[in-house]
Amino acid sequence: MTVALTVNGAAYDLRIEPRELLVSVLRDRLGLTGTHIGCETSSCGACTVLLDGRSVKSCTVLAVQAQGHDITTIEGLAGADGLHPVQEAFRRCHGLQCGFCTPGMVLAAVSLIDEGRAADEGSVRAALEGNLCRCTGYHNIVQAVLSAARAMRGDGA
Amino acid sequence: MIPAPFAYRRAESVAQAIELLGEHGDEAKLLAGGHSLLPMMKLRFARPDLVIDIGGLPGLDYVRTAGGEIAIGALTRHVTLETSPLLAEAAPLLRHAASVVGDCQIRHRGTIGGSVAHGDPAADLPAALMALRGTVVAEGPAGRRAIAIDDFYVGFLETALAPDELVVELRVPHADGQPWGFQKFRRRAVDWAVVGLAYQAEPVGGGIGLVSMGPTTLRATSAEAALRAGAPASEAARLADADAEPAGDTAATPEFRRHLARTLLARALAGEAAH
Repeated sequence: MTVALTVNGAAYDLRIEPRELLVSVLRDRLGLTGTHIGCETSSCGACTVLLDGRSVKSCTVLAVQAQGHDITTIEGLAGADGLHPVQEAFRRCHGLQCGFCTPGMVLAAVSLIDEGRAADEGSVRAALEGNLCRCTGYHNIVQAVLSAARAMRGDGA
Repeated sequence: MIPAPFAYRRAESVAQAIELLGEHGDEAKLLAGGHSLLPMMKLRFARPDLVIDIGGLPGLDYVRTAGGEIAIGALTRHVTLETSPLLAEAAPLLRHAASVVGDCQIRHRGTIGGSVAHGDPAADLPAALMALRGTVVAEGPAGRRAIAIDDFYVGFLETALAPDELVVELRVPHADGQPWGFQKFRRRAVDWAVVGLAYQAEPVGGGIGLVSMGPTTLRATSAEAALRAGAPASEAARLADADAEPAGDTAATPEFRRHLARTLLARALAGEAAH
């Protein structure tokens, strides 16, 4: 079947099977390999992308379900004027070690900040429970999200 | 890990979804948020020939008052329940249960209708609906009918829905500020409950719903009766597992599950912070 997808602002008409998962289409059909495959069982969050601005696990969404919605992957987050504030904060706070979980962490963070779930460390930790970092580098990741939230509110990083 | 091949149809209306279900019967599955169905299809536990996508149906995403009750559209996502001011005021037990389903990403996709219709005894929302004495509104070729949540679950992943019916709405009474509690014991964040328990005080429901204490979501009727008869909380809590036949698995033995049910009811009745 033909599926019309909008990914990072670009429109694609793709001939795919209904059973193809969004994560496979992003990686294998569109070459957007910044979206990682970790557990494939909606546990680890490495495959997190934004669907209409909200974080979802793209291993548990059929590509055809994303038709008519705006998909944002890590490749589409930075603007013409440089890194997104969350990406900037992850760099500033060294919110990564091996980097495998990072795209998912960053996109989950963008969503949770937008939803007002970044009020304090506890709420950030709760809102990131669907993203696993096997380096266990959570401390700096949480600091990066809090720093980004402050920067985006305009009260300094 | 991808599902076995299937044909895909996007339903444009409830009537069309019912028609497709009527044509294809047990070979078809409804897809809403997909967070129960797709994991089963990826593991090939489910291999439907036809997937009917109802995720885009208009008019089934709402939380509103209706004749003294709260009516919730079947396609309402967990995150909408979690952040609903109306639910926070009128059915805080259900709002809280929605807020501990899976994680943020899962709550952005999963729907209450999907969770209820899937019928997994490990699911959180059905236990909350049971404690609240909620109602499932199903629609089929003959129109709508109301099914008490107590009559809805007939076996493991089996419901009272006919093959050509779908859940369109859930209803719960207004809780009127009565005490409630929701306890979810799990070993790690995002895990399913090893045992969970939803409690809503009289007069609204006076119910206790149990998670993962048998092949279906079920009520702790003996403990409810003890509470109605004025027994102290400690006595009622000892009866939390009296009506259950929990199974053993890698997460817990049957006896540990019984212990958890009694402990979680004691905590819920003591009004301890939920979770």
